Amino acid sequence: MDSVKRYFKSDSFISLAASLICVAIGLLIGLLLLIIIDPSAFWDQGFKRILLGGFYMKPMGVGREIATTAPLIMTGLSVAFAFKTGLFNIGAAGQYTLGAFGAILAAIVFQWPWWLCLIVATVFGALWGAIPGIFKAYLNINEVITSIMFNWIGLYAVNTIMYGNGTSPMYDANKAKTWSLRSVYPDAIIPDFGLGKLFMNNSTTIAIFLAIIVAIVMYIIVNKTTFGYELKACGFNKNAAKYAGINEKKSIILSMTIAGALAGFGAGLYYLSGVAEWNPLASTSLPAMGFNGISVALLASSNPIGCIFSAFLISHITIGGSLMNANIFPVEIANIVTGVIIYLCAFTMLFKGKIVSFMTRKSKKAAEKESVLPASPEPVSENDGKESEK
Amino acid sequence: MAEAEYVIEMLNITKEFPGIKANDNITVRLKKGEIHALLGENGAGKSTLMSVLFGLYQPESGVIKKDGVEVKINNPNDATALHIGMVHQHFKLVEVFTVLDNIILGVEPNKMGFLQKQGARRKVLELSEKYGLKVDPDAYIENCTVGMQQRTEILKMLYRDNDILIFDEPTAVLTPQEITELMQIMKNLAAEGKSILFITHKLNEIMAVADRVTVLRKGKCIGTVNVKDTNKEELSRMMVGRDVQFEVEKCESHPGEVALKVEDLSVASKNGGKDAVRNVSFDVKKGEIVCIAGIDGNGQTELVYGLTGLERVKSGKIELCGKDITNDAIIKRNKSGMSHIPEDRHKHGLVLDFSLEENMVLERYWEPRFQKNGFIDFKTRREYSDKLIEQYDIRSGQGSITRARSMSGGNQQKAIVAREIDKNPELLIAVQPTRGLDVGAIEYIHKQLVAQRDEGKAVLLVSLELEEVMSVPDRILVMYEGEIVGEVDPKKITVEELGLYMAGAKRDKREEAAE
Repeated sequence: MDSVKRYFKSDSFISLAASLICVAIGLLIGLLLLIIIDPSAFWDQGFKRILLGGFYMKPMGVGREIATTAPLIMTGLSVAFAFKTGLFNIGAAGQYTLGAFGAILAAIVFQWPWWLCLIVATVFGALWGAIPGIFKAYLNINEVITSIMFNWIGLYAVNTIMYGNGTSPMYDANKAKTWSLRSVYPDAIIPDFGLGKLFMNNSTTIAIFLAIIVAIVMYIIVNKTTFGYELKACGFNKNAAKYAGINEKKSIILSMTIAGALAGFGAGLYYLSGVAEWNPLASTSLPAMGFNGISVALLASSNPIGCIFSAFLISHITIGGSLMNANIFPVEIANIVTGVIIYLCAFTMLFKGKIVSFMTRKSKKAAEKESVLPASPEPVSENDGKESEK
Repeated sequence: MAEAEYVIEMLNITKEFPGIKANDNITVRLKKGEIHALLGENGAGKSTLMSVLFGLYQPESGVIKKDGVEVKINNPNDATALHIGMVHQHFKLVEVFTVLDNIILGVEPNKMGFLQKQGARRKVLELSEKYGLKVDPDAYIENCTVGMQQRTEILKMLYRDNDILIFDEPTAVLTPQEITELMQIMKNLAAEGKSILFITHKLNEIMAVADRVTVLRKGKCIGTVNVKDTNKEELSRMMVGRDVQFEVEKCESHPGEVALKVEDLSVASKNGGKDAVRNVSFDVKKGEIVCIAGIDGNGQTELVYGLTGLERVKSGKIELCGKDITNDAIIKRNKSGMSHIPEDRHKHGLVLDFSLEENMVLERYWEPRFQKNGFIDFKTRREYSDKLIEQYDIRSGQGSITRARSMSGGNQQKAIVAREIDKNPELLIAVQPTRGLDVGAIEYIHKQLVAQRDEGKAVLLVSLELEEVMSVPDRILVMYEGEIVGEVDPKKITVEELGLYMAGAKRDKREEAAE
C-alpha cells in the first residue's frame, strides 16, 4: 500500500498523468469538431471510430495499426534519444527518408535479404543524422537548422535518384512507384511468422517486436551504461561534461548518428514490411512518420519505453481517423487531434506543476482535516515529516 | 501627523514554500536615516524577506507598515510607488546604453513622446555631486568598471526619489578601494536621511557601517542588536549557532619539490584583442598554497582555463610533476593528478539535473570500480557517494539521490570539494572556492585546503576575497591585466599595499617577480 502511495507521488507517475491529460484534451477538441461538423452522425460515423482505432475493423485494422506503430516507435526513439542528450532532432523525417532509400536500394538493386537491407537502411539514416551532428560539434551550427535543410535535401535527392527520369531500376513505371517488394523481391520482406494470417494483413510482420527490442536496448543504454551517462551529462550541461574530461564533440556527433540510425531503421521496418512503396513523383512533402516521432517522444517525456506506448496511441488515433466516414468527416480530424496533443505536450511541464500543486494542496487539506480529529494525530506528523524532508 | 519612528516595519512575516518555512515570524524595523544590516547564512531567508518587501512574494502572514501605516505590496511597482528601491547583486543594466539612459529607463522625461534628456542630465549630475557618486553620464555601461555600474544602480534609485534603499550583497564584486568608497557613499546617503537595508554575510562591513543589525538563521529571527554593543564573535555566533574561527589555523609551510611549473604562458582573449593572459611564469611547490589575487577580469579565469585544459593555450608550457601537459586532453590531466574546483559551480562543477551520486563520479565514472564492461555499477557508486556524504558532511534532502539542483549552494560546493579532494590529487586548483558561501562553510573549505597542503599537496588558490587572500595562502601572486605584477608574502604585506598591486598602481620589476 505504501509503495503504491509512493508511486502516485513519484516523478514518473506525474509525467504519465500529465501526458494522459494532453491526450484527453486532444480527444475532446476532436470530439467538439465532429459535433460541430455533423451533430447527428458524430458518434457512430466519427468519434467512436477514432476511439476504437484499428479495433473498429478487427482484425485487419489491428494489423495495420501494428504495422504503422513499429516505424513510429523508431522515429519516436530517434527524437527521444536526441532529447536525452540535449539535442532536438527535427531531422528524423530526412533520416527516415534516407533509410527508406537505403532499404529499397538494397532490396531491389542488390537483392539482399531483409536483415541486410535493414542494416543498410540504418546506416543511411545514421549518415544523414551524423552530418548535422558534425556541424553542431565543430562549427556550433544549431542542429535544428541543419537538420531541417537536410530533410529537404534528402527528400529531393532520394526522389530524383529513385525516379531517374523513369529509367531507374527501382522505379516501376506502371504503378508510378518503386517496385512492390512483396511481389518482386519477397526475400527482402521481413518475415511475419504467421502474424499476417492472424491479422489477415500481409504487412503485419515481426517489425513491431524488433522495434520494441530496440526500445528496450535504448532504455538500457541511456540508463544503465557509462556511454549513456556521458551522453546525458553532455545533454544536461555541456560545460560540465567538458570539465569532467568527456569529449563533448564526440558525444554530440555520436548521439546524432544514433538518432539518425534509429530513424533509418524505422524506415526499413516500414518499407521492408511492404506496407507501402515510395512514390518519387508525388512525395513532395516530408514523411509524416518523422514529425510524428516528435510527438511520440514528447508524449513519452523522452522515455524510450514510454515511446512504445505513445507510438501505439498516436497510430491508434491516426488509423481511427482514417476509418471515419470520409463522406462526412475529413480524415484530417485525426491530424488535428494529434496536433493538439503535440501542442499540449509542450505544456506538460505546466501540467506537471499543476498536478504537483494539486496533490500537495490535497494532502495539506487532508492533514488539516485529520488534525481536527483528535483521535488520529499520528498520520499528520508523518505527513509533515515527509514534506520537510523535501 | 507625528512622524513615526520607523519608516518601514515588517512585522511577524511568515513565508512558506512547499516543505520549508523560508521566513518564520520575522520582524524587522527600519529607522529613518539608519543603515540596518541583515545578516545570515545562505538560505537563512534574507533574500526571501527582501523579495517580500519588494512585492515579489506574498507572505502567508504578517504585515508591512510604511511610516506607521499598513501597506499592501503586491508587485515591484507598488514598492517603487512607496519609494523602495533595490540594488540587486547582479546589476540590472542595459549594457549598450549609456549611464544616463540606464538611469532614466522606465521614467523617461519626454515631451509628446520625444525624449527630453537635458533636465534628467542636470538632476543626475546634481545627485552625483551631492552623494559623491562619481559617474560619467555618457559612458556606455559595457565600458564602465563594476564600481561605476554599481554607482549607476544607486543613482537609478535616487533619481526615482527612493528613500528606502535595499543593497543586496553589494560588495561581492568590488575591489578593496571601491568597497571603502561604497561604505562612504552609504554613510552619506544615511546622513541625508535615506534609510538603508544592507544584506550581507560579511561581518567586517557590518562593523564598519551599520547602525543596527538583524540576524536571521534558518528562516527565524535570532535578534536585532546595536552594532556598537556587539562584536564579530557574537554576531557570527548568532548567525551560525556556534563559535566560528576567523583565523585560518595553520603551521609553517614546508614547500617541497615543484608540482606545477608554468613558463611564459599566454592565453588568447575570448573576444579578440589583447591576450587575456600574457607571458605568465610561476610555479607551485608541493606543500604550499599559492594564491592568485586580483580584481575580477584580469585574466585569472583564462589562466585557469589554460591550466586545466578548458581552453587551448596560445603559447608557453605547463608542467605537472615534471610532465609536459600543455596540450593534454582534460581527462589526461585528471589522470596526471590535477583536481579543479571550478569558479562557476553551476556551469562547470555540477550537472544540476544529475543526482548527487551521479555528480560524485563525474570525473571517474570510467574507473573499473564504477563500471563493468560499460555498465554502471550502481552499488559501488552509491556506496562511494554515501561515504563522501558522510565524510564531508554534505547535507541534502534525500542523500545520494538528491538532484544537485535542489541543494543549497554551500552543500553543492562541499560536494565538489569532496569529489576533487577525494581524487587524491598532486595539484588542487581551487578557484574562488568560497564564493557566495557563509562563514561556516568558508571555515570548512579553508580547513580542507590547509589540510591538503599539510598532506604535501600543491594548492593553487584563485581568489577575489581579500580576507581569504590574506589568511589562507603561503605566497601571493597578484594578477593585473593578464600579467603577474607582484609576488608577495601575506605575512609581510598590508591590505592597502595589496590593493595598489591589484589596481595596477604598483608592480614589481620583472626580475624580482621571477625571484
